[in-house]
Amino acid sequence: MVNYTFGMSLLDSLVGLLVVFFALVLLMCMIKIMTAIGDSRQKKAAAAAMPADLPAQPEAAPLQKLQPLAPGTAGDVKLYDTDPRTAAMLMAIVADELKAPINELRFLSIREIKEDA
Amino acid sequence: MQHILETLARLGSTSGFTTMTWQQLVMIIISCVLLYLGLVKKFEPLLLVGIAFGALLTNLPGSNMYHPEMWDAYIAGEMGVGQIIHDGGLLDILYIGVKSGLYPSLIFMGVGAMTDFGPLIANPKSLLLGAAAQFGIFAAFLMALGIFGFEPNVAASIGIIGGADGPTAIWLTSKLAPNYLAPIAIAAYSYMALIPLIQPPVMRLLTTKEEREIKMEQLRPVSKTQKVLFPIIVTIFVCLLLPSVAPLLGCLMLGNLFKECGLTDRLSDTAQNALMNIVTIFLSTSVGATAVAERFLAPRTLFIIVLGLIAFEFATVGGLVLGKIMCKLSGGKINPLIGSAGVSAVPMAARVSQLEGARANPSNFLLMHAMGPNVAGVIGSAVAAGFLLAVFGG
Repeated sequence: MVNYTFGMSLLDSLVGLLVVFFALVLLMCMIKIMTAIGDSRQKKAAAAAMPADLPAQPEAAPLQKLQPLAPGTAGDVKLYDTDPRTAAMLMAIVADELKAPINELRFLSIREIKEDA
Repeated sequence: MQHILETLARLGSTSGFTTMTWQQLVMIIISCVLLYLGLVKKFEPLLLVGIAFGALLTNLPGSNMYHPEMWDAYIAGEMGVGQIIHDGGLLDILYIGVKSGLYPSLIFMGVGAMTDFGPLIANPKSLLLGAAAQFGIFAAFLMALGIFGFEPNVAASIGIIGGADGPTAIWLTSKLAPNYLAPIAIAAYSYMALIPLIQPPVMRLLTTKEEREIKMEQLRPVSKTQKVLFPIIVTIFVCLLLPSVAPLLGCLMLGNLFKECGLTDRLSDTAQNALMNIVTIFLSTSVGATAVAERFLAPRTLFIIVLGLIAFEFATVGGLVLGKIMCKLSGGKINPLIGSAGVSAVPMAARVSQLEGARANPSNFLLMHAMGPNVAGVIGSAVAAGFLLAVFGG
């Protein structure tokens, strides 16, 4: 490339960075559209499958209020209709079944599944 | 007796010990140092061992395994691939796969088959961080051109080191500046291995403790349909935008489609294991073979090593700065540390974000959040390489 000045390289760099941003923003928009379509289809399917008189989900009992966070903890586990003692037993059982140390597992929530009366 | 002495004298005159130049000796020592880094220090051993051994083989006097002059003639249009296969050595034949862009593309297929784009689909804003981290490519390009006086095509190849993506760097350099392939590949892979040392000081310098402590919300689940559609959409849109990137990105997405569709498990397994391993052997050895003494031992090699480090640092800065902006705009919901993972180097850079986040707040789990920008960086660096090839490849 003859007579390629620093000014031209500066412009090329700017255009290059803009092209990268443009391509990835384009992808971002495509993913958002894809997600929106998927979500609306899922909602329709869920609405069709869900009985009208289903009771509202109970609020999660925040563990933090019951016990302070230990150093190095993986964060809170959300408990739905489950007492901390049962939750601790369940976590221990899962760790035992998986043959993995419990501190390498992360539990996000534990919910009691109730049979319809 | 006379005959035996003559035979020994002839053997001695053709022996590598008597014909070796000091440059070849230095290259043999450098190869051994690289082998040490790969084998003992475990710096990207899967690639560095092959590169170092290729460099060792090519610098053994009289081995005739790689002939740079043949490739000069090929670039000048004076020699065809057929003649290289006929007259060349083993490493010349293996190098055809580098020159044609075959190996980096096949490696990308394996990378695609091993990559989970779920975190990226769950949080599409990650793509912005992957784009911002490509700042390092263009910063190093400008420095190589303006300060070190490299030619534009060589500067572009040096800049791509900042993409922190070995196959992309090799792919672009083999097309734009094949004579600099060895130093650029070695710099790219060495710095990728050194990411846990390169990034943390910049991360701590550019972020406050409060920012590093930010805990991010759990990512939403991604459906299988979305994961299957993603590689198809990326291929169509990005390759239409930048056709020059199609070999790399197309293979990356094909490998990912093999993984996600659930119907081609055997192909996915082959792409991420057998094929990947075979191609890695060919790629690393033939790239190492280009480290011929009389070309490698030049001040420019040192400049490339320095510029590679600058490229990595600027890439980290680019990701972090946008991460901080996104943190402010989101009202403190985004931890800026995930921005530094946009430099590719999957999954090392994401792991560094996780470690730095956990160091500030032990209950911080940033790994999956950082994987989004991390895989976005792979796409971003491929796009940047496609742009540079389109501009300087003509």
